[in-house]
Amino acid sequence: MTEDQQHTTGDKRTTTSPRPHRLRFTGYVLRPTQYAALSLWLAPLSFLALFYFYPLASILGVSFARGEQGIAAPFIEALTSSSMRGVIGFTIGQAALSTMLTLLVGLPGAYLLARFDFRGKSLLQALTAIPFVMPTLVVAVGFNALLGPRGWLNLGLMDLFNLTAPPIRFANTLTAILVAHVFYNTTIVLRTVGDFWSHLDPRLGQAAQVLGANRWQTLWRITLPLLAPAIAAAALLVFIFDFTSFGVILVLGGPRFASLEVEIYNQAVGLFNLPLAAALSVIQLGCTLLLTVVYTRLARKLSRPLSQRPSAQTRRRLIGWRRRFAAAGIVALLLVLLVSPLAALAVRSVTSLDVDSNRQGSVPSGLTLAFYRELVVNPRQAVSYAPPSTAIAISLSYAAGTVALALALGLPAAWALARDSQSRLNRLLDPLLMLPLGTSAVTLGLGFIVGFGKPLMLFGERVDLRTSPVLVPLAHTLVAFPFVVRSLTPALRSIRPRLRQAAAVMGASPWQVARRIDLPLVGRAVIVAATFAFTISLGEFGATALITRPEYPTLSVMIYRLLSQPGALNYGQSLALSTILMLVCAAGMLAIERMRIAEIGEF
Amino acid sequence: MNQKHILTLFLLALALTACAQPTTAVVQPSPTSLPPTVTPAPTPTPRPLTVMTHDSFAVSESVVAAFEAQYNAKVQFLKAGDTGTALNKAILSKDAPLADVFYGVDNTFLSRALDEGIFEPYASPLVADIPAYLLLDSQFRALPVDYADVCLNYDKAYFTGTVTSTVTAPPQTLEDLLLPEYKGLLVVENPATSSPGLAFLLATIGHFGEEGYLDYWQGLVDNEVTVVNDWNTAYYTEFTRSGGTRPIVVSYNSSPVFELIYADPPVDEPPTAAIVSDETCFRQIELVGILKGTPRRDLAEKWVDFMLSIAFQEDMPLQMAVFPVNKKAQIGDQFIQFLAVPQMPAFIRPADIAEKRQAWIEDWTDVVLR
Repeated sequence: MTEDQQHTTGDKRTTTSPRPHRLRFTGYVLRPTQYAALSLWLAPLSFLALFYFYPLASILGVSFARGEQGIAAPFIEALTSSSMRGVIGFTIGQAALSTMLTLLVGLPGAYLLARFDFRGKSLLQALTAIPFVMPTLVVAVGFNALLGPRGWLNLGLMDLFNLTAPPIRFANTLTAILVAHVFYNTTIVLRTVGDFWSHLDPRLGQAAQVLGANRWQTLWRITLPLLAPAIAAAALLVFIFDFTSFGVILVLGGPRFASLEVEIYNQAVGLFNLPLAAALSVIQLGCTLLLTVVYTRLARKLSRPLSQRPSAQTRRRLIGWRRRFAAAGIVALLLVLLVSPLAALAVRSVTSLDVDSNRQGSVPSGLTLAFYRELVVNPRQAVSYAPPSTAIAISLSYAAGTVALALALGLPAAWALARDSQSRLNRLLDPLLMLPLGTSAVTLGLGFIVGFGKPLMLFGERVDLRTSPVLVPLAHTLVAFPFVVRSLTPALRSIRPRLRQAAAVMGASPWQVARRIDLPLVGRAVIVAATFAFTISLGEFGATALITRPEYPTLSVMIYRLLSQPGALNYGQSLALSTILMLVCAAGMLAIERMRIAEIGEF
Repeated sequence: MNQKHILTLFLLALALTACAQPTTAVVQPSPTSLPPTVTPAPTPTPRPLTVMTHDSFAVSESVVAAFEAQYNAKVQFLKAGDTGTALNKAILSKDAPLADVFYGVDNTFLSRALDEGIFEPYASPLVADIPAYLLLDSQFRALPVDYADVCLNYDKAYFTGTVTSTVTAPPQTLEDLLLPEYKGLLVVENPATSSPGLAFLLATIGHFGEEGYLDYWQGLVDNEVTVVNDWNTAYYTEFTRSGGTRPIVVSYNSSPVFELIYADPPVDEPPTAAIVSDETCFRQIELVGILKGTPRRDLAEKWVDFMLSIAFQEDMPLQMAVFPVNKKAQIGDQFIQFLAVPQMPAFIRPADIAEKRQAWIEDWTDVVLR
């Protein structure tokens, strides 16, 4: 404990104490460190300016210009109409509730994954990440197979208690929205908090217990405060995702619920009321910005340099029946909430269903690979057809591009943020980085169309960026970048400044410090960041906003296409392709996990 | 977890994708319709033509190849989202058009496109082959390409009068749906978020009139109609065919034929049927237009002619589940045998739809969802 407090104050002192090679000027002259900070910010800020702020400003400008009663009118309409106020209230309320539930489910899981070694752990980690990439329509199918009126649970209960009607109503309820948000976003908590927790020195807790604290006191007074920065980062990401939720609200929530994002879509696309859609987008952005400012203030207070331990040293084996029992409970909870809907999908993709409408439920008439076989057939000779292998290759190349770009931009930004949390520049920029996450996908998609109207000349070729496949990884990076920054910054901030100072005193250049001290210490967090970028791209967040080229179909695009036509074979094929998407995701996650040993070295 | 497991997963994915790889060679022969000498003496580089459309667009490779060969063109398709989103993108890019041609605006969105002035008029010679009632724009700024009827579908097996259901006859009219025997059997889509949902609302407005449709919907609510946001949820979750509890669903008159074609295992006749009595369906008409400012007006005209030609028109039903506007085009045997076509779908003028859409949807929402 005392050691820890010392570091906290030690950090503050370092910002004022003279360092060997820092020249101190007053007035308007930038210090060398500020030049360094600016150079770190150069690439991430140019990227955001060009691909985020510029298109966003373009569409907002065009939209408000279409309004006949000035710029204030749509805002007044949005804030005074009772139905719009209802939408805003509901959006915030459901996001807060979903975030709390996600933390409740995710934190015990993060503890288990961070502190213990057990068989199948990597597999569990990979499985819990899959929900993140699944298209909502397919997830709805999975939930329906379990909880629908003729889902397994309802049928079982009806059999058990001799009921005539299904006792559980799931679809079109608030519960469905909350459960789906937990399903999608628990992986954020598991990965962000889990990684941080695994490096937390267990001796701090042990010391407290030696001093007489009981288990709960240790948790409340020691562990949770130390984890606070990571928990806050995870909660912020989860909240913003729930806050801007579209598919879940639309498909699982049903017509009685509308989030801001759904309302923006209705106004922009259904009614072509661009001024109101733009006003709602600005309100959505404002909420995100406000929340992020609160978070960044909080994070600076909460984070403290810690003596990190290699995760191999903090992990224990599961010994003792009580511990094993608790672990089994946590694993079971994760499996039920995150994996069972996926399993239901996979099972249905290999089951030939003979639906007998007069009997209750679908009668599986046997196992079949017919849907998988059909995937490689192109009976319609359609232009936009691609075999699954091609779609996998295209999805993976977009994902690889996103990982590379998001890390290249996110690492310097996170590093700049972590090095000097007191600098005014960082305080200003930090909240701005999160904005792309809180932006309506419809709005930004239209922004690309308006903003990139002039074709670029690239290598002597006329390139229309709006229709170029290059825009896909760029757009995915906008979503992945904040994740990369948020998962790296807590890890970088927790590095003790003394380590860097010691290296500097010994004559290491800032680059050497970064390479030899920072990078190895946060290697694991880099992996976490990479997995986020990978899954975000594979899940094609906001892809509906882009223009797709039929000659480059991704897995998600193919799944949607199959699901949009009637016929058992089309339906079956979409489930088969979804199962392939799950396997690709799991394999990709496990492959990224392996990289740490090859490249960065485990700490 | 080690490399072995990753490998296993990759192999599993590969095995699933490739479990029938050998058959691809058999099923995907080079299109036989093309003459063996595909390209006679390579002419100068093909001229590019860009066609912007919605996500549901599909066409046979051989059909496009024939156009490209005839006019020495290279056609690039752009899918820009659902119908409304794609149209918005076309409108917002009208100063720097993304494409030469836009296909897919329908009669519920037509006024928006015309008001924004994104199209150049073009009176194709093939207009002569199109029935007059489909020519929605007298200035030919947009020409009809296809139509599809949004109709009630029902699950035939449910209406055989067995153990769980005693109802032996499906409804025939909109009024029938208010009868007690159809209580709790219907699922519809939300007109605010779904295009078949909007089409069905328009059918009820066309039939009952502006003064009567809300009372009708109140009756449906009393008879326990279920509303969902999208066609997928209605058809693949709530409909009894897919394991739901509702045997009547708002879908297309072509859906039963697709249930036959894409049945698993194969069946002799469709397991579902469409109700096509007078004024129970709404006809969605999709149109094509040349985008203002195209530098390739001549080629764009050729493409519009091509979409109205028999080759393209006859390719549409299987690709997109929509039907030819060209009177000379034939539809396939399965459609001739099993497609029920409404003789008198409900009708509302596009200008009225554009003007009152918001008010109708808001009023509907107040009655049905609140």
